[in-house]
Amino acid sequence: MAAKAKTYDLEFLKKLYFELCYYRRFEERVLQAYTAQKFAGFCHVHIGQEALCVGVQRALKDTDYMISAYRSHTQAIAKGIPGNEVFAELFGRYTGCAKGNGGSMHMFSKDRRFLGGHGIVGGQVPLAAGVGFAINYEKKDEIIVCYMGDAATNQGQFHEALNMAATWSLPCLFIVENNRYGMGTDIKRTTSVDHLWKRALAYDMDHGEVDGMNVLTTMETVTEIVAKIRKTKRPYFLDAICYRYKGHSVSDPGLYRTKEEMAEWLGRDPILQLGEYIKKQKLMNDAELKAVDTEAKAKARADEEWADEQPIPPEDAVWRYVYAD
Amino acid sequence: MSILTYREALGRAMSEEMTRDPKVFLMGEEVAQYNGAYKVSKGMLDKFGPSRVIDSPISEGGFAGLGVGAAMAGLRPIIEMMTWNFGIQAFDQIINHAAKMLYMSAGQFPIPMVFRGPNGAAHMLSAQHSQTVEGMLTQVPGLKVVTSANPSDGYGLLKTSIRDNNPVIFLESEMMYAMKGEVDDAEFLIPLGQGRLMREGQHVTLIAWAKMVQRAMDVAAVFAEQGIECEVIDPRSLRPLDEEMIFNSIRKTHRCVIIEEAYQAASVGSWIVELVQRVCFDELDAPVMRVSNEFVPMPYAENLEHRVLPEVERIIPVVKQVLYMD
Repeated sequence: MAAKAKTYDLEFLKKLYFELCYYRRFEERVLQAYTAQKFAGFCHVHIGQEALCVGVQRALKDTDYMISAYRSHTQAIAKGIPGNEVFAELFGRYTGCAKGNGGSMHMFSKDRRFLGGHGIVGGQVPLAAGVGFAINYEKKDEIIVCYMGDAATNQGQFHEALNMAATWSLPCLFIVENNRYGMGTDIKRTTSVDHLWKRALAYDMDHGEVDGMNVLTTMETVTEIVAKIRKTKRPYFLDAICYRYKGHSVSDPGLYRTKEEMAEWLGRDPILQLGEYIKKQKLMNDAELKAVDTEAKAKARADEEWADEQPIPPEDAVWRYVYAD
Repeated sequence: MSILTYREALGRAMSEEMTRDPKVFLMGEEVAQYNGAYKVSKGMLDKFGPSRVIDSPISEGGFAGLGVGAAMAGLRPIIEMMTWNFGIQAFDQIINHAAKMLYMSAGQFPIPMVFRGPNGAAHMLSAQHSQTVEGMLTQVPGLKVVTSANPSDGYGLLKTSIRDNNPVIFLESEMMYAMKGEVDDAEFLIPLGQGRLMREGQHVTLIAWAKMVQRAMDVAAVFAEQGIECEVIDPRSLRPLDEEMIFNSIRKTHRCVIIEEAYQAASVGSWIVELVQRVCFDELDAPVMRVSNEFVPMPYAENLEHRVLPEVERIIPVVKQVLYMD
């Protein structure tokens, strides 16, 4: 789909540009804070994959659900969890979005219908089918977006969930954030199909591929897909091509990739692409774009500074939420 | 009061709860058109229709996870495992997802659901169809684990489990589905964490649950002929566990034997021994003993299967030992 077919006003594009920059700067601060040993545990950042997160969110309603894997800080923010609460969660603080019980991999918000943040590869995919089942059961008009990484498509539970979603027409949008590496393993070395959308063929499921590095393309494509799911009540499988600039987690230097490959993808950078588009439309110049980025940096900084000031959980919190009343 | 089979009592419990609460649904292999592999859900498809009684594909991990997701979105699923041996396929969803969700989300996502199905050996089903899972699942914070040994307890405990706001592991038995017993016609609930005194006695406490309750009762009858009164306790739910009932009985009898269909290491029985020796150390007149499965995969041959399970002839000498009768 050609992003250039539609026109957008300055305010809208500026907002998109801000979001892309904000998620980039947020994750950069997260990395810095981790490196400075302000927090520990596993930490997977989204740098390079911002366009998908922003584009998909624009296609959704507040009442739609979202569920994801462990690389989901910025998806949680996009779905409406305040960035400062995400940062506080990373720091294990009591005012974090999971009160310090979840951490980097487990962001949650019932109000914002962000259903986690899950740490077992592919484990969230059946959960998404279950939410789709509940939507149909209650005869609602909502959908659920289920993000997963490319390697999740080799898990048994992924296949079980896609089969059920297709068989029972569950309103699920399965999105593979296809950054082409399952940790350090090139998917070509572990996967029988050359395009991951082919996984949907086995389940007779509607499917497609999108350039996940281009926010406008992603937004337009996913908007159409979401409208189709609402209308047909059939699930959809989207292979979103993207790239993570950093390693799998902060402990991974990414030595399995070549400089040439990295350079090629940096040339398709989501922020760069949208900036070029805005300049071409003569809506903003370099200095104005830079000002937006500066604002994004300031917001990310404010998120971290707020988190710095937050209380750690009281010791008796360890006993809370093991069982519901 | 009516005489019901165990399967009828469980079916009645599910039907009543589904009538009471439209958010409750039943999903599993063969639960709908086939009326249940063991006929527990007989008639439920006709009564509630295919949107609430749903035949699943043979994808235990998948439909267990579907249940967890449905619970996150506000439904109250009952997920039937044709046997808990197949349920092992779903352990990722049960342990990593269902049990952890409330805690990871700091209380935002309770998982009010029941995973139920037959547990343990039936008759000559061999190694892959004869395992018990209560030891493994009682280890997991966030799960409740419930057993029952008769139709009335099955009915009252299953209803409570369905109304519970946590993931409940509800363990049944192929060998008990045809068991008959009295069940009150009036609706009733049995709280989790409340054991049942099956037989009063003052000489030794026998602790057993599920199928092993009947073994304990049989053993008690043998000793009664010799004037020795065994107190038989069925804790029913293992998590939460009625510790006080156990301690109070041992304060009376000062001797205890635990009979469980499980292996010796890291089992529910070993946990009960730990509790008893810690709390009742000065009350004990003999070491607490256990009768468990022999530590081998379940063989097929009838005589060998019998040899592996805690049968009456293996329990009696252990009780005698605890009574210093030898």
